[in-house]
Amino acid sequence: MIEGILIGLTTALTLQNILMVMVGCFFGTIIGMLPGLGPMTAIALMIPITYGFDPATGLILMAGVYYGAVFGGSTSSILLNAPGVPGTVATSFDGYPMAQQGKAGKALAIAAWSSFAGGTLSAIYLLFMAPSLSKVSLSFRSPDYFALMILGLTAIAAFSSKGQFLKAMMMVVLGLMLASVGQDSLSDITRFTFNNMNLTDGISFVLVVMATFAMSEALTIILKRNDPTSAAKQVSLTELGSIKINKEERTKMYKTIPRSSVIGFLIGVLPGAGATIASFLAYGMERNIVNDEEKEKFGKGSVNGLSAPETANNAACSGSFVPMLTLGIPGSGTTAVMLGALLGFGVQPGPRLYMTNPEIFWSIIMSMYIGMVILLILNLPLIPYIARILAVPKNYLIPLILFFSITGIYVMSFNNFDIYLMIGIAVVATFMRLYDFPMPPLILAFVLGGLMEENLRRSLLLSNGSWEFLWDRTLTACILLTTILIVVWHLYKTMFKKNKD
Amino acid sequence: MNINTTKVISLLFFIFSAFYLYTAYQIQVFAFDENAPFNARTFPIYLGYAGLFFSGLKLILPDPNTIKVQHKTLEYKKTAILIIIAIIYGATILKVGYFLTTSLFLFSSYYFLGERRWVLMFLLSFPFVAAFMYLLHGVLDIYLRDPFLQSIGVMG
Repeated sequence: MIEGILIGLTTALTLQNILMVMVGCFFGTIIGMLPGLGPMTAIALMIPITYGFDPATGLILMAGVYYGAVFGGSTSSILLNAPGVPGTVATSFDGYPMAQQGKAGKALAIAAWSSFAGGTLSAIYLLFMAPSLSKVSLSFRSPDYFALMILGLTAIAAFSSKGQFLKAMMMVVLGLMLASVGQDSLSDITRFTFNNMNLTDGISFVLVVMATFAMSEALTIILKRNDPTSAAKQVSLTELGSIKINKEERTKMYKTIPRSSVIGFLIGVLPGAGATIASFLAYGMERNIVNDEEKEKFGKGSVNGLSAPETANNAACSGSFVPMLTLGIPGSGTTAVMLGALLGFGVQPGPRLYMTNPEIFWSIIMSMYIGMVILLILNLPLIPYIARILAVPKNYLIPLILFFSITGIYVMSFNNFDIYLMIGIAVVATFMRLYDFPMPPLILAFVLGGLMEENLRRSLLLSNGSWEFLWDRTLTACILLTTILIVVWHLYKTMFKKNKD
Repeated sequence: MNINTTKVISLLFFIFSAFYLYTAYQIQVFAFDENAPFNARTFPIYLGYAGLFFSGLKLILPDPNTIKVQHKTLEYKKTAILIIIAIIYGATILKVGYFLTTSLFLFSSYYFLGERRWVLMFLLSFPFVAAFMYLLHGVLDIYLRDPFLQSIGVMG
């Protein structure tokens, strides 16, 4: 492991890569801060740029954007009560009341230190956990991978949209359907192209991400600009108050941070869970642990109430890298986008990444820590200035997002069919978003579609067409049993709600 | 009558899945692959059935979390204009070139979204695109076809 850490440090500490982490953190913070735009949009906008770099540098840039976006999301949660990302919703519970009390600077500083500590601790957990899990996952076979992918897709559907399991499963199926367009990987037979040459190579991953996130988010913002429920309440963006944290507040944070980082990391590792659930769980756990006097302050500007979700959401970000790096199966929508980018680089993530591309594996882990340090150094003193970005008029912001999305696709294919296809998918996605159809399951399914088919093909061919491979091995059977339990539980909940109504 | 739009979307998805399934059965496979345990149409067929299953369930099960969208508050007109501008942008980018179409796309988008600060609108369209184009074309070496700039002799 020491050797790996040194390889990672050598790669991550080159001037170019440090610069990439800085640029990534900075742009991620800005994009993540804008309400409605999350880390997936930020990373999607970066993908065309990363293709000019080597895989390690590209991924380091995207990891920086990811952390920056999560940090930026907490800034808009605290200052506007308008979370930039779902993972920072819990941050607004106590962050916004604190800002209303004239302690916006302090709230932002607590959020920054908690994010730093949560991210750093979870990077250390990742350091120890990822190599061990990589070794274990080497024993995985095609049926296990197939079952694991079904579990990942079911889990993300279960967690991504509360009470909307069936909608999320429909999005999973739609993502897999979109992935099936184009040539079959083994026989080269074209499928669902309707004799259109532009579809022979399938639909580009970047196109789908840009359409379902960047573009549809921009359209949704315009569509809802007069919606009174989405109007943000203003806290003064020019007078944020002191960013100093006193001794009493520090003592509270010392207790909250370690426990929230553990829960955040473990939740992040689970496929489909991620920062949102981690932050809510950490917030709830903290409220149950603290004494009655402190419990009373929750929702009114509690230090523990702000520190816990902030620590947990950053820890979950690192945790979500574990399944991606060790199994090649992303645990969240954001890591699914990164997996797609890795595949675009020609790098196959999975248990062998640790051996075949140690520089990528270790440099990502090391760059996480560097990213945390940079975020703290860069953002803490710049908070008062960065906060003013929240005042950028949407009249400029929206066309620029559309411009970056369309240019991103155009420079990849120089084909206007792709632009039309992107607009079409974006319009459908915008409409579906209005009715709460979640997009992350679609992206995860789109990325996993090819791999899933490949593993099913291998499993069925090896078992001579028999579906017994699903319960032949204990591991496969256990994974499938977990999937079935999730499905049955969510269907039961739907039925139960009906009876209750 | 109050129509639940989520159910309508589910119905559309059901029809789409049925069409997908029909098309999946039409996929031509090699003769020797016809009876193989797995061929090019196997996975799509399962997907078609999965689509029918989940959208069918959504259709028949009650919807306790009915989403009510306040259509009156939504900005359909401006969104539609923006989409049309984007389509025109896509249609002209190859013929006219990157610089002019992108600049006009940005400028007109600012205008239709209600912006009237002309100087800022200009700065964030023409010079901004020129700088971005220089970054792509000049620095990152990404070729951008531009008949307009070629016709006026700016680009070789």
